[in-house]
Amino acid sequence: MTSKTPHTSRRTILKTAAAGAALGTLGAPAILRAQAAPIKIGVLHPVTGPLSYSGTQSRAGALMAIEELNAAGGIKSLGGAKLEPLLADAQSKPDVGAAEVDKLNEAGVAAIVGPYASAIAIATTAAAARYNLPHVVDVGTVDTVVTRGLTNTFRFSPGVTKIVQFGLESLSKINDNAGKPVKTVFIVHEESAFGTNTAKVLNEELPKLGFEVVETVKHANPTRDFSNIVLRIQAKKPDLIIPANYYDEYVLFTRALRQQRVQTKGIYSILGGGASSYKFVKEFPDAANYVMDCNHWFDPRKAAAIALKEKTEKKGLFFSYEVFLNYNAVMYLADALERAKSTAHDALNASLASSTWDKHILPYGPTKFVNGQNTGAQPAITQVLDKDIKVIYPLAFSSGNAVFPMPTRKT
Amino acid sequence: MLDPIILIPAAINGLTMGAVYALVALGLTLIYGVLHIINFAHGSLLMVALYAAFFLYRLLGIDPYLAIVVLVPVFFAAGYALQRSVIGTSGQGRDQNVLLITLGVSIVLENAALYFFSADTKTIDTSYSLEVVDLGVALVPLPRLIGFVAALVLAAVLWALIARTDLGRAIRAVAKEPHGATHVGVDVNHVFAMSFGIGTACLGAAACLLLPMFYVSPHVGNVFVLIAFTVVVLGGMGSFVGALIGGLLIGLTESLGGLLFGEAAGQLGIFLIFIAVLLFRPTGLFGSRLA
Repeated sequence: MTSKTPHTSRRTILKTAAAGAALGTLGAPAILRAQAAPIKIGVLHPVTGPLSYSGTQSRAGALMAIEELNAAGGIKSLGGAKLEPLLADAQSKPDVGAAEVDKLNEAGVAAIVGPYASAIAIATTAAAARYNLPHVVDVGTVDTVVTRGLTNTFRFSPGVTKIVQFGLESLSKINDNAGKPVKTVFIVHEESAFGTNTAKVLNEELPKLGFEVVETVKHANPTRDFSNIVLRIQAKKPDLIIPANYYDEYVLFTRALRQQRVQTKGIYSILGGGASSYKFVKEFPDAANYVMDCNHWFDPRKAAAIALKEKTEKKGLFFSYEVFLNYNAVMYLADALERAKSTAHDALNASLASSTWDKHILPYGPTKFVNGQNTGAQPAITQVLDKDIKVIYPLAFSSGNAVFPMPTRKT
Repeated sequence: MLDPIILIPAAINGLTMGAVYALVALGLTLIYGVLHIINFAHGSLLMVALYAAFFLYRLLGIDPYLAIVVLVPVFFAAGYALQRSVIGTSGQGRDQNVLLITLGVSIVLENAALYFFSADTKTIDTSYSLEVVDLGVALVPLPRLIGFVAALVLAAVLWALIARTDLGRAIRAVAKEPHGATHVGVDVNHVFAMSFGIGTACLGAAACLLLPMFYVSPHVGNVFVLIAFTVVVLGGMGSFVGALIGGLLIGLTESLGGLLFGEAAGQLGIFLIFIAVLLFRPTGLFGSRLA
C-alpha cells in the first residue's frame, strides 16, 4: 500500500546506517590515539617545613623527567599517553604525607613518586599499601621502607644498611692504604628515622672492622647550636668524625668544628647532609675541603648524567642527589608503565618488581628487585678536593685516590 | 664531663646563646606587656628581618652590624603600620581575635617567603664569621660575643626608654590602665602602635646580630619562637630585665643540661626549669610589670 506522506524506507535507513558505521570505524582509531588519557602520577615531597629545600629539589628532578618523557612522546605502549604530575606537599610531616596519599589516590593516580624523607616514607608507603597503589620511593633510605613485606613499595636507590656497609668497607680500604691512622670514631647523627637507623648500623659494624666508637651523639632537627657537641668531640679527641644529618645542621656543625679549631684525621660522613653537596662546597669551601661522604651519586661517565647536570644548573639549581634520584625514579616508573601496558595497580606493581631497567644514570650494578629493593643499588664515596666533588669508590667510576688523613689545618 | 675545662666553655656557650634568645624575647615581652597580645607572628617577623639583613648584605654589600642602623627604623615603621592597620583594626579589641590574626600573619609571611625566596637555606660568609676570641678558658666565636654585648646594651636602652622618657611613661600608663590613659589625653592607639613598632625594631636588631652566626630560611622563625615565648613567660611578661635574665638562664640550662645529660635532656631541662619557676613564682622571675 502506498502512502502520500514522504518517508524514508527501511532499506535507506539500513544502508545509511551501515555506511555511517563503516566510516565511523575508519575514523575512530585516529580519534582514540589523539585522546589517550594522561596518566596521573602523584609527585609527593616536603616542599614546606624544615625539609623544604630537599623537597623542592626533589620535585624539580621529578618534573624534569616528566617533561622529557612527554616531549619524547609519552608512554608509547599506552598510545602515547602523557604523564600528568599531581603535585602534593607533605609539609615535612609523616601524617600529612599519609593524608596526601589518600587524596592522590582519590584523584586517580597510577603511582606515587616521593616523599624524600625516611620518616615520611614509612607513613606514605603504608598508606599507599591500603590501596595497593604503586609507590616508588625516591630517596627514603631507612631500612624499614623495604622490610615490611609491602608489595606496592619500590626503591631504586640504596638503603641505610647497604650504604653503611659500603661506606665502612671503603673506609677500611682507605684507612689500610694510609697505614691505618684511624682507630677511634665519634658519631653525630640527627634524631629521626634515617639518622637513628644509620647510627645503629654504624655501632654494630664499626667494631667488627677494628674501629672503636668513642661516642654517639644525637641531635634534633632543627638544632640551633653545635658548640656543646663540638666540646664533647674536643674532650674525646677522636681520630675520625662520622656525621649523618640533613643540610642545615651539617652546615652549622662543620662551621662550629672550624671555629673551635678541631683537628681530626678526617670527617667521613655517611649520608652527610652537605658533604657531597655542590651548594655546600660553593658556599663554604673552607669548611668543606677534604670532607668525605658516602652518599648517593651519579655516574660521571654517562653523557645523559652530565646533560641533566647542565640542564639543572641552567635552571639555577644545584645538581643535588634529590634531583637525580627523583629524575631516575620517574624514568624507572615510566619504563615499568611501558612494559606493563596498563595503569592497573596489580600490573604496574608486577612490572616494577620485575624491572631490569639499565638506562639509568647511576653508578649501580645490574638492576634486580628483591622485596621491593633494587639489589644493584650502591652509594659512592666522594671527597671534596680543589673545590670540586671527586668520586673515590667504586673504582670503576673513580677519578683518583683519597687524600687521607686530612692535612692538619693551619690555625 | 664535669671537668672545668669543658664546663666553663659550655657555660659561656650557654650564656652567649641565651643572649640571642633574650634579644628575640625583648621585643616579644614589650608587645605582651603593653598590648597584652601574644604575638604569634614574632618568629615570622624575625625571619623577614633576617632576609632583609641578608639581602642588604648580598645586594648592597652592607655589613649586618652596620645594617642595624637601617633595619631598626624600617622595622619600627613596619611594626607600627602592622599594628595600626592590620592587627589593631581587625582585632576590634578582642584578645582571641588578635591571637588568630597574628597567627594568620605568620602563615602569610612564611609562605610568601617560601614563594619569593625559595626553600633553600641562605647564609652569609663575612671576614669575621669564623673568627674566635680567645678568652683563655674558652674560644668564643666573635659574632656570639658581639651578640652578648648587644643584648645587654639593648636591654639597657629599652629599660631607659620605658623608665625615663615621656613615651615610656605613656606606654606604662596604657599598659596599666588603657581607659584611664585615654582620660588623661594619651592617644592609646598610637601608643599601642609605638609599642608594637619598638618590639619589631628589636627584631630588626636581633636579626642583624643573628645573621653572621646562623642562617635564614622561610622556617627559621620557628627555630626561635618557642624558646622566645618560654623566655618571656619565665622572665615575667613585660619585664626587660626578666627577658634578659630569663634568656641567659635558659641558654645556660640548655647548654649545661645538654652537656651533662645529652642533647635531648638539654631541651627537656629548659621546660623543667620553666615549670619549676612558674610553680613558685607564677608571674615569672620578675613579675608581670613593665620595667
